[in-house]
Parts: sequence; structure tokens; C-alpha cells
Amino acid sequence: MKKFKGFALTAMLTGVLAVATACGSDTSKDESTSGTTGDTAAKLSGEVIIDGSSTVYPIMEAVSEEYGAVQPDVRVSVGFSGTGGGFKKFIAGETDLSNASRPVKDEEKAELDKNGIEFTELPLAFDGITVVVNPDNDFVDHLTVEELKALWVDSGKAKMWSDIRPEWPKEEIKFYSPGTDSGTYDYFNEVILEDAPIVSNATLSEDDNILVQGVSGDKNAIGFFGYAYYAENQDKLKDVSIDNGNGPVEPTHETIGNGDYAPLSRTVFTYVSNKAVADKEQVADYTKFTIENAGKMAEEVGYISLPEEDYKKDLEKLAELTK
Amino acid sequence: MNKLVDKEIVAKKMPSRIIRNQVFKGLFFLSTLFGLLVLGVLFYRIITQGIGYLDLDFFQNFASRRPENAGIKAAIIGTIWLMVVVAPVSLILGVGTAIYLEEYAKKNKFTSFIKLNISNLAGVPSIVFGLLGLTIFVRALALERSVLAAGLTMSLLVLPVIIVASQEAIRSVSKELREASFAMGATKWQTVLKVVLPASIPGILTGGILALSRAIGETAPLIVIGIPMFVAFLPKTIMDTFTVLPMQIYNWTSRPQAEFQDVAAAGILVMLVLLILMNSIAVFIRNHFQKRY
Repeated sequence: MKKFKGFALTAMLTGVLAVATACGSDTSKDESTSGTTGDTAAKLSGEVIIDGSSTVYPIMEAVSEEYGAVQPDVRVSVGFSGTGGGFKKFIAGETDLSNASRPVKDEEKAELDKNGIEFTELPLAFDGITVVVNPDNDFVDHLTVEELKALWVDSGKAKMWSDIRPEWPKEEIKFYSPGTDSGTYDYFNEVILEDAPIVSNATLSEDDNILVQGVSGDKNAIGFFGYAYYAENQDKLKDVSIDNGNGPVEPTHETIGNGDYAPLSRTVFTYVSNKAVADKEQVADYTKFTIENAGKMAEEVGYISLPEEDYKKDLEKLAELTK
Repeated sequence: MNKLVDKEIVAKKMPSRIIRNQVFKGLFFLSTLFGLLVLGVLFYRIITQGIGYLDLDFFQNFASRRPENAGIKAAIIGTIWLMVVVAPVSLILGVGTAIYLEEYAKKNKFTSFIKLNISNLAGVPSIVFGLLGLTIFVRALALERSVLAAGLTMSLLVLPVIIVASQEAIRSVSKELREASFAMGATKWQTVLKVVLPASIPGILTGGILALSRAIGETAPLIVIGIPMFVAFLPKTIMDTFTVLPMQIYNWTSRPQAEFQDVAAAGILVMLVLLILMNSIAVFIRNHFQKRY
């Protein structure tokens, strides 16, 4: 009986190991086949470590996927810990590139300085923070920046639509906002809230799909998030045009790309460590590849590409570093 | 005549007692049904959403920006690698601690203080273990974002559960068995090895596998220690970086495109099958070895 127990355990362990090794041998096969296709450029190896914003993640995932076809031996890993979380790792010198859906903050800059980490900011794409309401909401079609502020800044009591414009119904507004750790919230805070506290009964969620569901299920709801989430859910949501003093502008691919959709059109970035570019050939090569392909990849995953000359500027900045 | 049982009163109370019995029966049935119903709805939704993406390619592809190309190759292999570290580390440390606490440690206030703390640790949110792992394994021991660092962090997370389950199992071994062993002149270690452990192995392994099921389902501590979401390579040693299934699922559910929700559902299906498999092993072990003692 004891023997059987020992046997059963050994069998289980061998099973697990067999699966693990079988998969291990898979790798070598993969690399040998794909390695032959990528002989156009010098073959590079080593690691590229990227972390940061979950908003920028889809772009970097797409870029890294393509890069794998060119340089299969470079091991690229992309993390998801948020703009702020990514910068913490960048400050600790643990990552080569740090994605951000807002510019680096002064406090973060100071810490980077303190640790002697020099970096270069590379704009990657545009995103338009889109303000949305329920499709059954037939009275709101545009809001001025002041009205947005009046809506979202906490006043200590429940807000009615009639508080914003007297002709609107006397019904309580439900608010849906991205979580306070997100770069989207940071950006909205900077241009609309201006550090005033957000309405206290707002539903905050790190998952933008929850916000989509919230707004699409409640007639008196209002929310905001990245343009891609609106574009994918146009049948369930109604976008609100924003008036920044020059008449209402609807968030579209065009108005976000040319900056007319102000002030909620924002740039998303990646920050690269100058030292990593200078010391590691694969980081320099990957960064160049990112800039060259960011526009196309951004469009594919729902963002808006920058004008060509912006990518040229990025490339010039990078060329300075590798000189 | 003084009756011991007053039939009249019994007869009068009988209907209400029967009704009460029925009410509670119905109540407990409903509470069982509630859980099953939710599970049923979950299964139905996930299967209808995910089945279309569940093909061989799904297991052979890395993550991709195109839902139809997205796969879980790196994630599922990463999950297996994680288990290869977590299973031995947490079982050896957990069972070792349980044996010490139950068999060797003096029964004093200090020991019960430690036991109380271990039970408490089992309820600490997983993200706290992530911060601990980041400080100790990733930074202080410079293991970086490796399978080893993640495996040790996850081991810490499930250790309390394994210790408590093992303690229970060891405690339930009857005193007579131990005393018989001592009476034959066996030392404490011989008793533990030949009598106590074989008798408690079903309980220990059941607890252990349930704890491991928790470890493969956790995302938060891995995100905190910086385990990446996208990797297009497989780890070759425990010092390589990797990704796991629940992180991949989490990423897909947060995407705007509806197709990615379906890919996520396919991932959840794989995850559920994996969990059912592990839990069945736990049940099998319990049933198989329990009969012997």
C-alpha cells in the first residue's frame, strides 16, 4: 500500500515535469524556425523591459508583437502596472521604457534626477477623453468646459441636471469616472477639475468596460474614458461635444488628431532611459522600431496617430542618444 | 392515569412542526440552488462566448493585438512554471511548520500566539503579499521579475492556508495511534514519519491542492511585483520572466473591443478546466487514502 502511494505521487510529479519539459522543448523549435526569417538586420538579443500605463499597453503589445517577427531573440516584456506604478519602477531603474498616459509629474522628475536616471520623452499617439451620456438622454448634446467643471467638482450635495442648465430636468445625475490611479483621471483632473475633489458619489472603476456598462444602463448617467471605449460602444453610448470657447466640437478621429477637440485631446507617451539606449543595442533598436510603427499600431488598437513630423522629431531625439 | 406522552398535544403540534421542517428544507434547498444557478449562468455565458476562440491556435499563439490571433501559450506555460516553484516550496515549508507546531513545539502562550497569527495571515489581502514580495524577493534579493521571485511570493501567500489545513489534519490523527507507536519504542521523528504523516496525508494534500488552486488564480500580487503582461517567449530557467493565465484574462476583459471579451471567456474556460482538474485530484486523493486508516 505504501508503495502504491509513493508510486502515485511519483507519477503525478513526473506528469507535471513531462508537461513542463515538453513545453520547454517547444521553445527551441520555435526559435530555430523563426530565427531564419529575421536575417535582414543584425541579429540582436537580450532583454527590453517595459512597464507602465494600461492605456498605452495595447500599442506596446502590438509593437512588440511585430518586433518579435524582426528580432525573435530579443526578449521584450510589457507590464501593466499603471502610469504611476510604471514610473515607480522606472525611478528604481528596473525598466528600460515606461509608458505613460500623461506627462511625467514634477515629483517623479525630481526622484528620477535624484537617482541619476536621465530619460527622453517620446510622444506615441493621441487619445481623446470622451464624455458620454446614455443614448436615451436627449437633452445633453454639448457641454462647455465650465459646465463640465460644475458637473464633476464636488459641491457637497447631490446634483440635478437642472443645476447645470435650468431647462434640463430635475433629476439626479449619476457619475462614472476612471479610478484615481489612472492617467485618464490625472489628465481630467488637470484640465477640468484643477485639483478640486471629484463628486463624492461618483462610481470609480479601473476597468473602463464597467464605466461603459454603467452609463449605458442608466438614463441619468454621465461618464468619461478613452476614445477607443466610446468607438467600440457607439450603439450603447452618446458622445457629448465639448465647447472650449470656439463652439462645440465632437470627439472624432479627425478632431482629436488635429487638436480641435480641446482640452480633452491628450498625448500618450513612452519614456525611455537614456542610459539603456546608450548601453543596450536591443533597447535602442526596439525604441526606433516603436517610433517607426507607433502610428500604424495606434490606429489598429483604437488610438489616433500623431502627424508624421512628430515621429520624425522622436527619431531625431533618439538619434541624439545613440550618437 | 399519568401519561408520559400526551398524544393530544403531540397531535396538535405536529402540523406546525412539519411545516417548519418543510420551510427550512426549502430554505436550504434555495441557498444551494442560488450558488448552482449563478455557476450555471456563468458557465453558460462563458461557454457561449468563448467556445469559438477555443482551438489549437489558442494554445499555440502568444498574446496579440488581433483577437483572432491571441493565444495563451506564454500564459499557460508560465502558470505551470509558477506551480513548479510554488508547489514544493509551499508544501515543504507549510507541512514542516505544521509538524513543528503540532508535534514538537511546547504548548505555551507563545506557540498559541504564533498559531493565532498564522490563521490571521490567511485573511490578509493578496496585494499585501505582493508588496512584501516586491520588497524582499524582487528588490532586496535581486531576483527581479523572475519565476522564482513570483513563486516565492505566491508561496508566502498560500503558506498560511497550507499550515492551517495541515495542522488540522495532523491534529485529527488519533492519540492511540501515536501512543502505540511510542509504546513500540519509536522516537518522535519515527512516529511522525511512519504514523502521523501517512494518516494525515489526505487532509494535507487536499488543503495543499486547494491552496495551489488559489495561487494559480491570483493576479494582484503578480502585478505589484511587476510580472509583465506581454511576453513572446517562454521561460527557460526559474530566473526568466513570464506571465500567467489570470493576468492575461484580466488584460483581455479590460480591452474596449468586444471580441477580446470572447477571448477572455475562452481563457476563463481553460482556467476553469485547470481548476476543476486540480480539485478533482484533491477529491481523488482524499477518497483514495482515507479508507486506509
